[in-house]
Amino acid sequence: LGLALYACGLCAVSGATFLYHDYCVIGAGPAGLQAAYFLQRAGRDYIVFERSHAPGSFFALYPRHRKLISINKQYTGKSNSEFNLRHDWNSLLTHDRRLLFRRYSRDFFPNADTMVRYLEDFASLLKLRVQYNTAIIHVTLEKNEQAWNGHYFLLTDQDRKNYKCSSLLVAAGTWVPNVVNFPGSEYVEGYETVSINPEDFTGQTVLILGRGNSAFETAENILGVTNFIHMVSRSRVRLSWATHYVGDLRAINNGLLDTYQLKSLDGLLEGDLEDLAIVKDKKGKLHITLRFYLENRNTSAGIDSITLPQDELDNFATRAPYDRVIRCLGWKFDFSIYNRSLRMMPGKGNIKKYPQIKPSYESRGTRGLFVLGTASHSVDFRKSAGGFIHGFRYTTRAVHRLLENRHHGVPWPSTVHPITQLTNSIIKRVNEASGLYQMFSVLADIILLRENATAFEYLEEYPIGVLAELEMQTGRKARNGLFVIIMEYGRNFSGADKDVFYYNRAVGEAQHAWQSNFLHPVIYYYKHLPTEREMRLRPPDWPLPRPNAIHHIVEDFLTDWTAPNAHILPLRRFLENCLGTDLRNFFAESCFLFAFTHQKLPPSCQQGYVRMQGLLGSQELRQHAVQAGLLQDYTHTDFSGDRPPESHHGSQEHLMRDHGIPLRPLQHLVNAKDE
Amino acid sequence: MPAQKDRWVSSLVFLLFCASSIPQCGSASLQQEQSPQHYFSGLEAGKTSLAFFSPSVSPGAQPFLEHIESSAEALQDYGVSVVKVNCPKEDVSRYCGKENALRKAFLFRGNRLIREFPTDALFDVNSIVANVLFALLFNEVKYVETLADLQNIENVLKGKSNMVFAYVPATGTAEHRAVMEAAFVYGTIHQFVLTTEAALLKATSHDDPDVSSAWLLFCHCQQVTEPAQACRRTALAQPLTLLNIHRHLKLMGAPLVTEVAEDPEKISTVHLQLGLPLVFILSQKETYEADRRTAEFVAWQLLGKAGVALLSRDLVELNVLQRSNVALKTPDEGMPIQYLVLEDTDEVITLVEDKNKVKQIQEDEQEEEEEDEDEKENNNQDIQDDQVVEAVSRDKKRELPLEQILVLTEENFHSSLSEAARTVVLFYASWEAVSLAVLRSYSEVAAHLQGTPGVLLSRVNCWDWPGLCSQENVTQFPTLRIYQEVQQPVTYGGMWGTEELSSFILLSQVSCPLKLATMDEAEGYLRGEFPSELSSHHHTSLLGVFSSATSKAREAFEEAGNILSGHVRMGMYFEDDALALSQKYSVSPPALLLARSGGRSVEGIALSEHSVQDMVQMIRYELLDIFPEITVPNLPQYLQLGKPFLILFSAGDISQVESKEMLKLAKGRPQQTFVVCWLNLKKTPVGYGILRTYFSTTPPLPLLLWVNLHAGGQVFKFPSEQSITEMNILSWLEKLQAGLEIPSSTLSEEDWKPPLPAYDFLQMMEPSVPELSPRRGDTPAQHPPKSPGGDTAGGDSGSREEPSQEGTAEEVGAPGRGLRGTAPRLAARDKPGKRHSEL
Repeated sequence: LGLALYACGLCAVSGATFLYHDYCVIGAGPAGLQAAYFLQRAGRDYIVFERSHAPGSFFALYPRHRKLISINKQYTGKSNSEFNLRHDWNSLLTHDRRLLFRRYSRDFFPNADTMVRYLEDFASLLKLRVQYNTAIIHVTLEKNEQAWNGHYFLLTDQDRKNYKCSSLLVAAGTWVPNVVNFPGSEYVEGYETVSINPEDFTGQTVLILGRGNSAFETAENILGVTNFIHMVSRSRVRLSWATHYVGDLRAINNGLLDTYQLKSLDGLLEGDLEDLAIVKDKKGKLHITLRFYLENRNTSAGIDSITLPQDELDNFATRAPYDRVIRCLGWKFDFSIYNRSLRMMPGKGNIKKYPQIKPSYESRGTRGLFVLGTASHSVDFRKSAGGFIHGFRYTTRAVHRLLENRHHGVPWPSTVHPITQLTNSIIKRVNEASGLYQMFSVLADIILLRENATAFEYLEEYPIGVLAELEMQTGRKARNGLFVIIMEYGRNFSGADKDVFYYNRAVGEAQHAWQSNFLHPVIYYYKHLPTEREMRLRPPDWPLPRPNAIHHIVEDFLTDWTAPNAHILPLRRFLENCLGTDLRNFFAESCFLFAFTHQKLPPSCQQGYVRMQGLLGSQELRQHAVQAGLLQDYTHTDFSGDRPPESHHGSQEHLMRDHGIPLRPLQHLVNAKDE
Repeated sequence: MPAQKDRWVSSLVFLLFCASSIPQCGSASLQQEQSPQHYFSGLEAGKTSLAFFSPSVSPGAQPFLEHIESSAEALQDYGVSVVKVNCPKEDVSRYCGKENALRKAFLFRGNRLIREFPTDALFDVNSIVANVLFALLFNEVKYVETLADLQNIENVLKGKSNMVFAYVPATGTAEHRAVMEAAFVYGTIHQFVLTTEAALLKATSHDDPDVSSAWLLFCHCQQVTEPAQACRRTALAQPLTLLNIHRHLKLMGAPLVTEVAEDPEKISTVHLQLGLPLVFILSQKETYEADRRTAEFVAWQLLGKAGVALLSRDLVELNVLQRSNVALKTPDEGMPIQYLVLEDTDEVITLVEDKNKVKQIQEDEQEEEEEDEDEKENNNQDIQDDQVVEAVSRDKKRELPLEQILVLTEENFHSSLSEAARTVVLFYASWEAVSLAVLRSYSEVAAHLQGTPGVLLSRVNCWDWPGLCSQENVTQFPTLRIYQEVQQPVTYGGMWGTEELSSFILLSQVSCPLKLATMDEAEGYLRGEFPSELSSHHHTSLLGVFSSATSKAREAFEEAGNILSGHVRMGMYFEDDALALSQKYSVSPPALLLARSGGRSVEGIALSEHSVQDMVQMIRYELLDIFPEITVPNLPQYLQLGKPFLILFSAGDISQVESKEMLKLAKGRPQQTFVVCWLNLKKTPVGYGILRTYFSTTPPLPLLLWVNLHAGGQVFKFPSEQSITEMNILSWLEKLQAGLEIPSSTLSEEDWKPPLPAYDFLQMMEPSVPELSPRRGDTPAQHPPKSPGGDTAGGDSGSREEPSQEGTAEEVGAPGRGLRGTAPRLAARDKPGKRHSEL
């Protein structure tokens, strides 16, 4: 490979000169830089192409009103850096503590300029290899059997410079504005260019097309100075606190809902934009009409000859003329630069703005092409956070790990622990892991059991969509069963029309944990790795197929799942029953007794005490265990009662006392497992 | 118990037989008569018969006929014959001619018609027998309709005879039959009164009675002397069956208090025969009158539940406590009589009633065993059974004295380490029970080592600083490390106890192995006096002596020292006079000198070519005692040898003689195939637990045992009559090896299964998530072909199947299984449990 690299460092194919890199990344936005960071840390040969002169060019323009809606939580009361990432939606993943977003802004909803500054610092402090002012305008394939994926990617920039790579990571985001064409759409202003100065809207009546955060953000900005604002969109408004999807309308932008619902000042309308038509009258006012009315008319005949809906229906909702119409319809992926041979196809239905990719983030059309960042959101659109920095920073890392295994023989990082640490490993992760928390139901921790279940291997944040391919994708073996740990919301809890504040919405008891509604850890147990077929046939809305056993850790108000009885104990019982073993901890004294009375020892004694790492425990603790009836104190027992009765002939008192001796607790402890 | 039942059942049959004075011979089945004339001519004067007349074919009466036929046998016991009279076609007499007479049965005594029954009153055997006997016993069984009638009868009976009052919901029922049959037997002894009036039932029973079930009272009217006095009543607590009524009447007929003057073991009363306990009131001459009253009082309370006997202690020699005043004899064979000291009569009554209750519960339990077990399991699932977790939870409110322990964070970790020469760091997680248990010991270590120069104790909470812990490669909690200026940090791998931790920290103060510069130092080292830091530390010292030429052995020794650092006290001497030093102990370099117990005995061992691992292994082995006292902390070291244990259990220190003999035995064979050791029960009281498991009691001590800990798990007990001498033990061992001894016990072979089941969420989810249930077509995919060698996670997969939820899919299909757990699930829905909505 080294030789090939050397040879291709600058190679000429059919006359053109190609600059070669193993990895090419298109776009130096958050996802591109995140990918670059991991490639750099792994010592890979890579380059990032950025069309602008600085990273994060999207953020240099958008959001137009400059307020990011990703939260920047400075205080959580915890010093756990991993946990704190759960409430830091802007930082990228890095080992460098200087690059935490909270060091850049004190605002809960920071300014977009700060994001640009942060990304600049991220690229420069980490010395990421970014080639600025390079707009890739064409991507094509070159077949080559030697190549990693059977082909090289050939990239051409605006200066006709050519680049060649073995693997292409597309982190170009979605930046092409969605435009709807209808008669009169030439009168419509785009979100990209519309004035953000409220004074320009003083005393005007405004119609906004679209119902996303950009539409509401635009409305919010001019709410105070306009006569009124109307919003038209095909779908009804989806509030993110009701759907648990951060891409839906955030509470910070919903000032217009207030005025609409309270005083009918502003308003929302549902309708298909395709049916719309706008005509401008002589005074420059814009009238809404329907495409239907225009079809038989000669448009040149002028406004007076055009039928307006109110001519027939005199209470038509949008009969008042508007001063301005603003289009805020979001963005889509730029499909134009990819040669047909790459088969970069748009998704179907509501994910048509994204390219088609597999759950492994690899393009469906081209092997070796991975889509990162916002453009990869088709995997979890309207479900999880994969379209946002706080989500795709983890999926980017997952893609990097897949690539490391595929091309460099570096298996998915894992740690091996004795089985006694099983409960602890899970509890630690569900309490602090941010990737599981942000990318709920998309990324999962995987526990691969070793033979005889004496040890296990822990893999973090693997994309569950490709669970069936786990062995191939990670280079780890899953022959002895596995646990999959993910976070889930209650299945029927959230949704656009659900009341998420209903009384008794939270479950408090561990035995009803499966009915938990808020985000909570769920552990699936499989005796065998699910097959692709099983993955395909999984129940609708289920991230995974039917497991052999499932465990829900009951939702917690503080998302702190460390309560010994409500959280850890039921989890331990679940794990014990899946493994068929006893995972309790024992003091050395109990292990000592077991060693003399049992041919086999429980794992805690086997892996601790017998290896001379027993837990002797302080006097107080042993006393507590005795009081709890879980440890027998033999020091003060009166043994006379145990002597055979014939040696105490006629002693009636002993008979009576025998009645009073309770069941020996330790006996119970030992025998409990027989049940 | 069954034997007794048989006994009284047969006595009943006998009674019935006597009562049915009319001899009945031949078949007990239906008699046939050719014609009415034939029938009436054959009727004898005192003989009762139930006749029905039937044309040759009468299809409508067919089922009735069947009942009649089957009741013939039952009625025969009461001297009633059942006759079917055929009506010839032309017959137009009274019984054959009329259409409606054909739908009736007629009861005759002699040729006198007593009663005619419409066939719809005789719907089954019970109703036939009940109605026929009711008609026959018209005088013996009074039917009452009002309370006044009942009281009138009661008043008449006072002082004369007892009354049996029965309520049946309707006539012709099984209960009615039982009452009538009993009346047939006892009707001449007691006055029977019958009613079907619910109002009467309500008037005679205490609490809200169930009008649909029958009820029987025995009214003790015979003893009543005053007309104003009411008759005492004893209700039958069991369902109304002939056997129960008979039993009840028998008990009522028995003397209230039996006076006994013989060995209570030999006594048998009707109560014991009927399976009821017998209470003895132990009496003395002085208190006889009072005791008699007590006995009568108790007897009334226990009437129908237990018998009461008055036992005069003056007449019977009793080998029981003088204070005992009550004895209880149960009907169960072989159960010894219990002698008790009770305070008042209530205790006697509860004693009997609770016994019954206990029995009742036990029976119920057996019936609903499965359900009960489920219940129990569910109740226990959420009870903590992890002794460490529970102990730590119970201790969580106590504030730990952690002032002496420096808190390290991501910020100050590296700076703190660089400031001190040596820093002890405990990595733990504040939510994890084992680490918290160790933290408690660690705080004791801190108190213990307070003021020791050069020791800095610190801790890192990995829940707060996960980055630091993963950077320091801490993969499990707790982890204890000693960070030193230049060297690699040393990770602790020993017992998590205060003493062991302290010892480790102290030993780690000096380098391992410690280079000794002079002969004096070396000698002082062997005596345990040098270095001064360790003078308080009384462990075996190990000194490697090398001539400068033997550098390879020295390197291995030094490497071994790094590995054993903190666990073993190791010194090293390689000055010019090394030879002289080693020769003092009759070895030549390279050699190991082992100074046990403060240098009183120094042992020399020659060192040959050793790899580091071998060296470590050898040092560990050499440090083991020949005849150790087994303790909780040191057992694992001896377990690792993988040999059987010859262990002497002693209640305290062992005697010099035994010690000497055992030591002889241990030393006798240098290549011992077993571990000779002893256990001081005073120091290691858990040893009592071991003995109890082996023998269920504590046998006399000292006790010598052979325990095959690793193979087979048999436990052999050295004969207690033999004295513990080397010779005796050896010959015993020989017999043992030859298989001539029988093991006293065997170590449990059981696997460590999950102590309790988990919540089966999969099963709970299924009803509400129908798509979760595996579709039929998918079942093969659910169980893909086993990959080679794959299916063995969690030990043997067979054992795993049982408790795991594997079976649930199939179980849902099975009808019985599917219903189980429905009730709790519904309950769960009704009562959603503790929920928090606001704060």
